[in-house]
Amino acid sequence: MRGPALSLALAALTAPALWAEEIGDVERGQEAFVLCSGCHLVGAGVEEFEMLGPHLNGIYGRRAGSVEGYAYSEGLDRMGSDGLFWTLETLDAYIENPTVLVSGTRMNFDGVPDAEERADILAYLRLYSDNPRDIPEAEPTALPTDPELRLPPEVLAIEGDAEWGEFLAGECLTCHLEAGGNEGIPSIVAWPEDLFVIAMHAYRRGLRPNPTMQMMTERLSDEEIAALAAYFAQLE
Amino acid sequence: MELRRRTFIGAGAAAAATLSAPMVMGQARPRVVVVGGGSGGATAARYLAQDSEGALDVTLIEPQRVYYTCYFSNLYIGGFQEMDALGHTYGKLASDFGVNVVHDWAVGVDNDARTVALASGGSVPYDRLVLSPGIDFVDGSVPGWDVTAQDAMPHAYKGGTQAVLLKAQIEAMPEGGTYCMVAPPNPFRCPPGPYERISMVAHLLTQINPTAKILIVDPKEKFSKQGLFEEGWNNHYAGMVERIGPDFGAANVSVNPDAMEVDIDGTVESVDVCNVIPAMKAGRICEMAGVTDGNWAPVRPENMQSRIDPNITVLGDASQQGDMPKSGFSANSQAKVAANAIRGELTGSRVFPARYSNTCWSLISTEDGVKVGAAYEPADDKISSVSSFISQTGEDAELRKQTYEESLGWYEGITTDMFG
Repeated sequence: MRGPALSLALAALTAPALWAEEIGDVERGQEAFVLCSGCHLVGAGVEEFEMLGPHLNGIYGRRAGSVEGYAYSEGLDRMGSDGLFWTLETLDAYIENPTVLVSGTRMNFDGVPDAEERADILAYLRLYSDNPRDIPEAEPTALPTDPELRLPPEVLAIEGDAEWGEFLAGECLTCHLEAGGNEGIPSIVAWPEDLFVIAMHAYRRGLRPNPTMQMMTERLSDEEIAALAAYFAQLE
Repeated sequence: MELRRRTFIGAGAAAAATLSAPMVMGQARPRVVVVGGGSGGATAARYLAQDSEGALDVTLIEPQRVYYTCYFSNLYIGGFQEMDALGHTYGKLASDFGVNVVHDWAVGVDNDARTVALASGGSVPYDRLVLSPGIDFVDGSVPGWDVTAQDAMPHAYKGGTQAVLLKAQIEAMPEGGTYCMVAPPNPFRCPPGPYERISMVAHLLTQINPTAKILIVDPKEKFSKQGLFEEGWNNHYAGMVERIGPDFGAANVSVNPDAMEVDIDGTVESVDVCNVIPAMKAGRICEMAGVTDGNWAPVRPENMQSRIDPNITVLGDASQQGDMPKSGFSANSQAKVAANAIRGELTGSRVFPARYSNTCWSLISTEDGVKVGAAYEPADDKISSVSSFISQTGEDAELRKQTYEESLGWYEGITTDMFG
């Protein structure tokens, strides 16, 4: 299975383009892609092969969850419908920690903590996206932008005030059912607190696309997010 | 088992719990009476009863046994919802949360004695009164129309039978006939509502009467989500919708319900259906309680307390609070802030800083949903918008479908939040 991807990648390496070097090192990226290749293929013709994960040809500019015939998680489908497109920034965030961007993703992967290694992988993947030169020039230099992509441990360690969370939760319960339920609006009850916190921060920073959620989280402090996480975690 | 949603603990235990209540001396439990069982009132009653765990005696006065939401009634007209699905009852507020639900009309308030008079006779005493009556119409705002004309020219701006009547009239229109809407002046309930209705009427007519015309007589220069609606009407209903604004005399309109005529600045049009949405004001009980100033009831931005009578809180459409639109979402948001404040005052529970939010979804055509929303906080002695968003023109179909599905989730969410 890995054959076609690797050989084609090597062919591409013979003519590295300028844009690729702006992101990271393609050759190192190819090596690092071993982490991904257990589930994902990239390269000409790999669309025919069924793997655990979708193929990554043309990933740049693609809507999340849009490879025809692939059974995505509900969370990834929702993010795609909400308007999540794969860009340098969103791919970087996803590879760094998949659950930041997509709650309930099937991509069971701890993530790549090293920003340079991610940049290399992204440079390698970009060989297989159509018209990569059409990607706005500003983006490559914008990566890796955010040294705080991974939430600082002290933010994750905040102990939430569940009673305060109960009051704040009033804002959530206009739309989200306290008994759970995923019709049109996802369930937010009984999540592990850290995943809840990570997801809210991703909306607050605009990494996740839904404008209602971006607005709702924009004014939440770190303590308020922790309070909500504590409150909702105890509901079943 | 949820940790929060405890079963109502019963009157005996509840009475004991009030020993710690600091504000009201010499009686069993502080009494809160809520008038109006819509998005503001039902939510307030639920949260007051649920969160106080029996420490408050909460009574909800609402004349209707089945409450039909006004929101989504446009989707009923468009054929996307059944009217039955928009009806809700108060059984769970009583059984699960311990609210005393009284199906009666509140017909008067004695501010000094702190009692609410009921139409059936008798009165209900209160320590705090929450008024959430929604809207009534301003007499004479559209000359020729008053509520006695609402069968001939429906407003369909309260839930239930009016929407059923309007839809039946549209379905009975002659081929190529004209539906006319007299749109309301600001401020009014649900700013995108009239224009979502136009979309839904157009959707219905496109299927059953495609040569029919839609005429909007609108006294306002511009309206909510205008770019999105106009884009949608152009895309889905090209040539069907005509809007006459104030520059062409729409601020000077009168109607003749017997003749089914609309007079627009001297030009008389014969129409087949006339949907008159008059100017609005706070529900009448607010006037009776003496808490209105002009058409609306001014309130404090930090807790929705009346500026005129501190024992009264006014929620939702009837209140004049600042920047929030009059919507079910807003009323629901305000109700939770008010419930937290009232409970704190009467039982000494924690009071948190107020924050409010609103989102209004509208359906333009099949799976073509849009939304607008904002977050609010008390500032400058009013409720002020702190951030906002709106759907964009030209969005792709997948996002619009997602937005529509989100609106269905919201409806389920808010009605569950209100009624349990």
